[in-house]
Amino acid sequence: MASVKVSNIIKTYPAEKKSVVKALNNISFQVDKGELFGVIGPDGAGKTSLFRIMTTLLIADSGIATVEGFDTVKDYKQIRKQIGYMPGKFSLYQDLSVEENLEFFATIFNTSIKENYDLIKDIYVQIEPFKTRRAGKLSGGMKQKLALCCALIHRPTVLFLDEPTTGVDAVSRKEFWEMLKQLKTQGITILVSTPYMDEASLCDRVVLLQNGSMLSIDTPQKITQQFNKQLIAVKTDNMYALLQSLRECNEVENIYPFGEYHHVVLKNNNTKSEVQQYVAAHGFKDVELNPASANIEDCFIELMRNQ
Amino acid sequence: MKQFFIFVKKEFFHIWRDRRTLLILFGMPIMQVMIFGFALTNEVKNSKIGILDLSKDEATAKLSERISASQYFDLVENLKSSSDIDASFRKGDTKMVIIFPEHFRESLLHSNSVQVQLIADASDPNTATTLINYASAIINDYQDELMGETKLPYTITTQTRMLYNPQQKGAYNFVPGVMAMILMLVCTMMTSIAIVKEKETGTMEVLLVSPLKPIMVILAKAVPYLLLSIVNIISILLLSVYVLDVPIAGSLALLMFTSILFIITSLSLGLLISSFTASQQTAMLISLMGLFMPTLLFSGFMFPIENMPIPMQVISNLVPAKWYYYIVKSVMIKGLGIEAIWREVLILTGMTVFLLTVSIKKYNVRLA
Repeated sequence: MASVKVSNIIKTYPAEKKSVVKALNNISFQVDKGELFGVIGPDGAGKTSLFRIMTTLLIADSGIATVEGFDTVKDYKQIRKQIGYMPGKFSLYQDLSVEENLEFFATIFNTSIKENYDLIKDIYVQIEPFKTRRAGKLSGGMKQKLALCCALIHRPTVLFLDEPTTGVDAVSRKEFWEMLKQLKTQGITILVSTPYMDEASLCDRVVLLQNGSMLSIDTPQKITQQFNKQLIAVKTDNMYALLQSLRECNEVENIYPFGEYHHVVLKNNNTKSEVQQYVAAHGFKDVELNPASANIEDCFIELMRNQ
Repeated sequence: MKQFFIFVKKEFFHIWRDRRTLLILFGMPIMQVMIFGFALTNEVKNSKIGILDLSKDEATAKLSERISASQYFDLVENLKSSSDIDASFRKGDTKMVIIFPEHFRESLLHSNSVQVQLIADASDPNTATTLINYASAIINDYQDELMGETKLPYTITTQTRMLYNPQQKGAYNFVPGVMAMILMLVCTMMTSIAIVKEKETGTMEVLLVSPLKPIMVILAKAVPYLLLSIVNIISILLLSVYVLDVPIAGSLALLMFTSILFIITSLSLGLLISSFTASQQTAMLISLMGLFMPTLLFSGFMFPIENMPIPMQVISNLVPAKWYYYIVKSVMIKGLGIEAIWREVLILTGMTVFLLTVSIKKYNVRLA
């Protein structure tokens, strides 16, 4: 059964000189109950606009969005009673303490910390030692945990997390995804947006967004499986020159930096040795050249190119 | 109800924990009353004057003595010749010069008439007029004394009585003005900032996506400032009664009731401003420029409205502070009852209902 249903959503914003910017272009997808659904895309892809439409904060130009069967325009009051929302900017009261923030959000949702403590317990114990500290004085990771607690305290049926891991260190990010997995076992539908491609594999299903359009929607495994070209990872002594040089190579369809390697997409299969020769011929030293398997980022770049 | 109380509690935390704002909130009324009470006064006292006495006889000596003995004047210079007059004014301190002509006493006794010239620095016309009036009064007094028992066939004497403010204290005028100003500033500016702050920091987004009703958010934002403003009124009234000796002539209950009404008017105005502004700076600028200035100009507290051109007088009717200023003056200074101010109370009530309705209607249940 669908928990969130978005169909043919279009959203534009007025821009300079009476022109408009299309923030969302014909977006449609469905999120099932209890699913951990990722909205993946770079900055400016339209993630926040999409989240605001689903959380009843914005009205789309056209298209329908429903949450738990309620229309986001007509029945917004019903939706607001049962969803949890964590905006991109951690929206906490900086001058209230951890405990006061949590108590405030619990009360405005007509509940109490005690009533739903079991739901947030695993997360809250990590910040409990600092419960008298003002929220403004917490570290980024702790703010994020507190914001998640605040969004969860009323036991929402659907949880919307808009870029929860942006600006948070790698360890906290990892912990955060562990927490989301825990929450999933409670049967809460979770929609999470992120610009980090590596986080896509942690979701049940993802939609890839770019410039307001959907590139693909599927499980992370299926998306990577659809990558039907050969991919190699190259590393040499001079990475920048390598990038420049390989762009000229006839066998190379696309090359981009990828961590400490460059990822090279080949035009034709089984031409790895040609590339190896090409690199050697151009005088690069310490060449490391391995076949690589595509991940979401590779797929995203490939989908963007084909768009 | 629980939601409402926790919201109000949260607002108090915000106010309480922002020490600087707190200082402004409670310090400003006290500062203003003190400044207006002691520093900014338009009463004329100890004005520096010069005297050019060309006859130096018994009569001029006596007159000079009386003038310099008065609390209004402070004789600083005895001029030697008429050429000194200009120089004395140019130095800037001298506000008035009194010139006695030659043979003052003789002329007075023998030809029964003599002239005294009063030259005043009219760059400040009000002070100049006041000084001339005071000096003339002293000279007239002296003349009456000289006549002694001699009965003139016809005399008209004026007998004046300054109603409501016999000592003609400036405080009687500005205490109501300061009250209007403080309440307008605290209520309107602070509430509009308090709401816009939530928009700016993004917490509004979370509040919107919650079952809280708009009216609840608005009321919860307004209640703390209502309470703080009542504290401010009480402190202004205490200061005015015990420090500035301005008594409350009318009913205290009526004064408090009308003040609370005006607070609610100002709060509604603040809510309205917050509904169409997106940043704290804008809200503050609108409150300051759009409200503080008109309150100062159009309430009748600084400049009499009757003297303004008709269009300005019409505009002044839109300023809530004008009506409140009138009410406070009537109740506090003149000691009048509700029968004298019901019309103004009704106007303020109307304004409040209108502003509150518009701001609740305009409260955006979504972003943008």
